[in-house]
Amino acid sequence: MSDPAHPYAPAGEPGSPPVRPANYVGQRLRRKEDARLLTGRATHVADLRIPGLLHAAVLRSPFAHARIAGIETEAAAAAAGVVRVVTARDLEGRVGPFVEAARSEISPLLNEKIGPTLKSCPMPVLAADRVLWVGQPVAAIVATDRYRAEDALELVQVDYEPLPPVSDPERALEPGAPVLHPELGDNVQTSFVVSVGDVDGAFARAERTLSARLVMGRTAANAMETRGVAAVPDAGRDELTVWDANARPHLVRTFICEMLGMPADSVRVIGPDMGGSFGTGMFPEDVLIAFLARELGRPVRWIEDRRENLSNTRHARDQIHQVEVAFDGDGRILALKDRYLIDAGAYNNYAITVSYNSAAHLRGQFAIDHMRVEALSVLTNKAPVTPVRGAGRPEVVFVMDRIVDLVATELGLDPVEVRRRNLIRPEQMPYPMGMPYRDGVDIVYDRADFPGQLNRALQMFGYEEFRREQAAARDAGRRIGVGVSSYVEGSGYGPYEGAVVRIDPRGHVTVATGAKPHGQSLETTLAQICADQLGVTPDDVTVRAGDTALIAHGIGTFASRSAVTAGTAVGVAAARLREKVLAVAAELLEIHPSDLDLDHGAVAARGAPDRRVSLADIARAATPGPRAKLPPGMEPGLEVVYYYVPPTVTFASGTHVVGVEVDEETGFVRLLKYVTTDDCGRMLNPTIVEGQVHGGVAHGIGNALFEEVVYDGDAQLLTGTYLDYLLPTASDVPPIAVGHQEEFPSELNPFGIKGVGEGGAVSPPAAIANAIVDALRPLRVHIDRVPIGPEGLYRLIREARAASRAG
Amino acid sequence: MADRRPITLRVNGQELSGSAEPRMTLADFLRDELGLTGTHLGCEHGVCGACTVLMDGRSVRSCLMFAVQAEGHELTTVEGLAAPDGSLSPLQEAFSTNHALQCGFCTPGFLIAVTEYLAEGAPGVDDEATLRARLSGNLCRCTGYQNIVTAVRDAAERMRRSP
Ligand code: FES
Ligand code: FES
Repeated sequence: MSDPAHPYAPAGEPGSPPVRPANYVGQRLRRKEDARLLTGRATHVADLRIPGLLHAAVLRSPFAHARIAGIETEAAAAAAGVVRVVTARDLEGRVGPFVEAARSEISPLLNEKIGPTLKSCPMPVLAADRVLWVGQPVAAIVATDRYRAEDALELVQVDYEPLPPVSDPERALEPGAPVLHPELGDNVQTSFVVSVGDVDGAFARAERTLSARLVMGRTAANAMETRGVAAVPDAGRDELTVWDANARPHLVRTFICEMLGMPADSVRVIGPDMGGSFGTGMFPEDVLIAFLARELGRPVRWIEDRRENLSNTRHARDQIHQVEVAFDGDGRILALKDRYLIDAGAYNNYAITVSYNSAAHLRGQFAIDHMRVEALSVLTNKAPVTPVRGAGRPEVVFVMDRIVDLVATELGLDPVEVRRRNLIRPEQMPYPMGMPYRDGVDIVYDRADFPGQLNRALQMFGYEEFRREQAAARDAGRRIGVGVSSYVEGSGYGPYEGAVVRIDPRGHVTVATGAKPHGQSLETTLAQICADQLGVTPDDVTVRAGDTALIAHGIGTFASRSAVTAGTAVGVAAARLREKVLAVAAELLEIHPSDLDLDHGAVAARGAPDRRVSLADIARAATPGPRAKLPPGMEPGLEVVYYYVPPTVTFASGTHVVGVEVDEETGFVRLLKYVTTDDCGRMLNPTIVEGQVHGGVAHGIGNALFEEVVYDGDAQLLTGTYLDYLLPTASDVPPIAVGHQEEFPSELNPFGIKGVGEGGAVSPPAAIANAIVDALRPLRVHIDRVPIGPEGLYRLIREARAASRAG
Repeated sequence: MADRRPITLRVNGQELSGSAEPRMTLADFLRDELGLTGTHLGCEHGVCGACTVLMDGRSVRSCLMFAVQAEGHELTTVEGLAAPDGSLSPLQEAFSTNHALQCGFCTPGFLIAVTEYLAEGAPGVDDEATLRARLSGNLCRCTGYQNIVTAVRDAAERMRRSP
């Protein structure tokens, strides 16, 4: 093809040999992780057997906003089995303020281009004078077992003086609203404006405009394993080993070291087996438990319970958008204005991570040259929000796809046709979006075929046939409808990920990386990548992920980044190691490396396969000492460390089509069928890719129909159990057909990988909302908020009926 | 110091004894006293199903039972599903070949619940709605359930072929 190359495509990693073609990569290999998980032999934090272990429980605020007039801990401290009670006073001067990592890590380039306003507002580990949300940690108790620790929580007397809570982010902006953090002046913690093109001119010229207010409620990540931390001190050396169910072990180490004042190498953080995460987040307990273990000189573990989880852990979404759109009579969207608020909760440790993701993904697959967004993170008396699967994208894809539907409705056109008219065409790729990504680099979409993707998805769905069924169903009094949504996703976010690849004297390969999988199957896929480069099988490769002792630097697993970043790091490190293996083999065989092949765990002379030497022999020859046999000047050891720094993100994309049936009398929605077509570049293991999509779609279905963290007007939490917070079950999720567009491997990394971890979760709320609107088209129902449960939908139906009677 | 009761029961075919305070849940007893940490806790209030074990062949939520209630009963946990030689059960095999687990945290609960279902002869396994309804007592956040549905059918088929 004569298409222009992607402007950020690297000319080749400096000093890196070319990568070998895929062999295991692309195969549907069974997972290496499965054996231990299927037999009950996995090791999660709560499974660790630690001699002398003490158990911590955390006392949490029952108020959304209150002054702490005093805390009485004597009775708790004297209770059976209690070893220590700590409050904020005990941490004073000994535990530093929470590190605002996201604020300090904002790309200088982005700062320069966008200049966001970012106010500093570090979170305390334990609340000192005031509590700011229901569930905020106030005190911790360490006891000989968890039952006793929890018993003693009831003996702590906290004297709360309730203050007026801020429960609504729009009210939080009004003059006279209580200010959560008086030192910030108001409740806006971050804000920025992004302008692309000439928005005002486009609006002035436009034939038509419309506006809408669109809202996505608050949901929570709900990993099936709750959080947990175990810290084991080596008191004599003042060292700590910490097991933490956190997908960012190196960041946990940074927080512990900074906040407790310890050198990096005296803290080892290990990410054990983890039961999901679906987002990131550093939490007070990550540091608190380390502090307690060091303080007591004894191992301490804390395991979050589900109530704590639902009131604290990885809340997300919660955006209100006020959008205006300019379009022409054919449904071409000319310009967008969007002002949105994120209800960030009481603290925002993620600066503009989510709000900027929203800005960068709002236009998705559409060619809209003029846009202005203004984003505000507003502080309220709720749990802090964090990035969760999709992280700002499901919200704006819901906004954009509802807009497309509203434009179509306004013009009496088929929404699919309006969508098609606005898509970026393949010949326009690589397409510049006129604004920087979160890493500060100007966004240029990877090559892709969005109209082809749409057609493919519609064909898989059987769109034409469904439309015919719909007409027949309508006559029979049944309400069925179809909804479409599409997205792009900047995947493989940096700044880097690394790998150590090492061959031991038995010829076995070990890979260490700072990525920390928790369901993504990296032990399998990274072994596939490594095996191809080293001429071994994936069984010959052991992947050890998320242990700070095994690799100096690491970022972690989130943001659809690990296959791209850790995958590339492993592949390039292994390719470099192959060069070294060949050089040592050349020395042993006395044949030039270019006449040697590495395969089946051995190096052999091309054309003379009996002249061969095994990886084990090569590894022994590379071991330092008198028996070493290395080319002159070569460092001993078969080990390569490589940190991959991506030029920027690589754009994956997808289109979802869903069919629904709505019961007009109950507001109940049944999903009939669900189709996705994604472009995630080269697939490392298609079975694993499909699994990621299935799970993402189910997550998105939850966000569309079932899941919501609900606070009342006093910011009191109403959804503290799984009886109130509904996760989708097997009966709520329809069969999902997953199609792939494989013809666009990423040009930004040598393996062609794009990320796929989040995409599935991005489009369901938009697609399902549009499908419900479509099913109820005769009633002209407008869905402006998700999740939409039966009660909410029934209300909309009733209002629409009343309006049509009145009209 | 506290009042502990001796408990003797059979777990995975082995007679085991330990002791527990009357208020200790069966789940905590299995995990912390007997060291069988394959049984997981996802909610501790009876909804997620991660803690499911078989008691006398019937599935129970071990987070909702006290250990003392299991005295004298016969339990099966995920550790007891593979054959004594370590080879996986047809259901475990089917879970792996169909990628029915990602993080694997919910998996022990699903395996136990489905083991009971297969022992009943897997009624309605070919009907999508029936099978999904049967699986809806266990929550999974990772898989979207689709490959679990496929794996259960596959296991039922494997067992039909070689009972
Ligand atoms: S832990 Fe028992 S049902 Fe959730
Ligand atoms: S596999 Fe992760 S919760 Fe089911």
